[in-house]
Amino acid sequence: MNKIPNRQAICETLMAHAKNDKDIIALCSDSRGSASMTPFFNEFPEQSVEVGIAEQNLVGIAAGMAHVGKKPYCFSPACFISTRSYEQAKVDVAYSNTNVKLIGISGGISYGELGMSHHSAQDIAAMSAIPNMRVYLPSDRFQTAKLIEKLLEDDKPAYVRVGRNPVEDIYSEDNIPFEMDKATVHKYGQNNEKKVVIVACGEMVRPSIEAAKLLQEKNYAVTVLDMYCVKPFDSKALINAAADAELVVSVEEHAPFGGLGSVVAGVVSANKPVKVIQLALPDDHVITGKSKAVFDYYGLNGEGIANTVINNLH
Amino acid sequence: MNYKDLSVKAMDLRKVVVEMIMKSGGGHIGGDFSVMETLVDLYFNQMNISPENKDDPNRDYFIMSKGHSVESYYAVLAAKGFFDTDELINTFSQFGSKFIGHPNNEIDGIEMNSGSLGHGLPVAVGMAIACKKDNRPSRVYVVMGDGEVAEGSVWEGFMAAGHYKLDNLVAVVDRNKLQISGTTEDVMTHENLHAQIESFGWNVIEANGNSIEEMDNAFNQAKTVKGMPTCIIANTIKGFGGGEVMENKASWHHHVPNEEEYKLIMQSLDARKEAVANE
Repeated sequence: MNKIPNRQAICETLMAHAKNDKDIIALCSDSRGSASMTPFFNEFPEQSVEVGIAEQNLVGIAAGMAHVGKKPYCFSPACFISTRSYEQAKVDVAYSNTNVKLIGISGGISYGELGMSHHSAQDIAAMSAIPNMRVYLPSDRFQTAKLIEKLLEDDKPAYVRVGRNPVEDIYSEDNIPFEMDKATVHKYGQNNEKKVVIVACGEMVRPSIEAAKLLQEKNYAVTVLDMYCVKPFDSKALINAAADAELVVSVEEHAPFGGLGSVVAGVVSANKPVKVIQLALPDDHVITGKSKAVFDYYGLNGEGIANTVINNLH
Repeated sequence: MNYKDLSVKAMDLRKVVVEMIMKSGGGHIGGDFSVMETLVDLYFNQMNISPENKDDPNRDYFIMSKGHSVESYYAVLAAKGFFDTDELINTFSQFGSKFIGHPNNEIDGIEMNSGSLGHGLPVAVGMAIACKKDNRPSRVYVVMGDGEVAEGSVWEGFMAAGHYKLDNLVAVVDRNKLQISGTTEDVMTHENLHAQIESFGWNVIEANGNSIEEMDNAFNQAKTVKGMPTCIIANTIKGFGGGEVMENKASWHHHVPNEEEYKLIMQSLDARKEAVANE
């Protein structure tokens, strides 16, 4: 079982580049520990900025630094950076077009037992609605590192959400089929009869693949799209995958409004109308518990996703 | 440029503001008039910025945090040569215009977009931190309204600037004591603004914000202060220069003059110009 959370992969990737690029700056709002960024702050104090518990200031300061040529990465729990500093993301980052990368850590229900104040089940909807803001939810540590490598090469705003806990590896050191802004396609049981597409992002990719493995034993041909790029959304990959599918299922750690499922439904209905089922968190307070227990409760696990497919496509 | 010439220029640029607002049918004229001397002194006496060096990383940086006073900002940038004054007057706020009713950095000379209050100071703090890290000579200036300082994010910015001892940062509060609903003291009091800002680790200077000479002296004094940022509380008159019809009236926060008011304002600006010239 992998023990490295995606947030740590971000820190390691940034540290590898910060040695040679003094314009890379990490900013935290009393969040360096929870962001796994303490090693960066210790090794690169001149490239680190602490703003205290002030998320609006975090993003505003980052925008100012970006405007004069720095490459700031802002770290704060996803629940705060996505909505407490939402207007700074909209005006100072996206509208002013500053090269700020917003990293939402402990996203979704990572802080399962801490209640709704600490859940970010709205961040995809909020951030996606801002023009000139990209939204990424990488699935495992290898893809996270690849994504950060690519983001270091551009000078546009982006929001990245990662979870708190380690995610079991999907890819490996030698096998990371990553293309920027393109979904990674996984196929199971392609010669089987009943064609299904599962579209997932972030921590939901892993259980979607587990569901696909269960389903291929039951005569289903399953294409899983690792849609880490929620915006810009890879519509082409979905249209291609859905061409001969009888069912499309979206899976996300997000409220059932304005997230991955909304985009999936929109793209499918406009291009290849077929039944779409959306799996997401409820439009309600999420039940208290560690994130795995909460996922299990809502059927956001391999078995739950497989059962959804079976119940909708006998 | 000498103080007298700049004082005259500030009156002339108010006329540009009036023309923009008459033509477009909207604008925040009261705050435009109160902040004009601050902008004129910064752009014509203080800041290392011009159309020729607008991309020089060592330039000085300016943020108009009270973005609703965009008319005065545009008028000053046009006078500085960033774009054409006639084009500005004729297209401001018109359909499809690049001259939007709040600052927009797709226009030459404008660093950051603003409009929502309380954003400029944190952004300026970021610029000042970055310039210090690079040992650049740049100074960073941000202008806020006094109503604006009710925004919590302003105080996050004050706190961080004091913490990081940003002596390359100057914040101006356009203290005209009026906001859209009435006096700042009635809406949300700032009676102790000087002491409040000082307590965040700032050097605070009070000056007559409608005097080019006093503002220039304050900006010069700020340059001599090491180890802390400077805030200039610019005590101004909302509508300054427009005469009795508009000075010190909250109702002129956003107001389009009628024909009679237009004449009175223009007469008042001419009278002020003459008075300055004869001083």
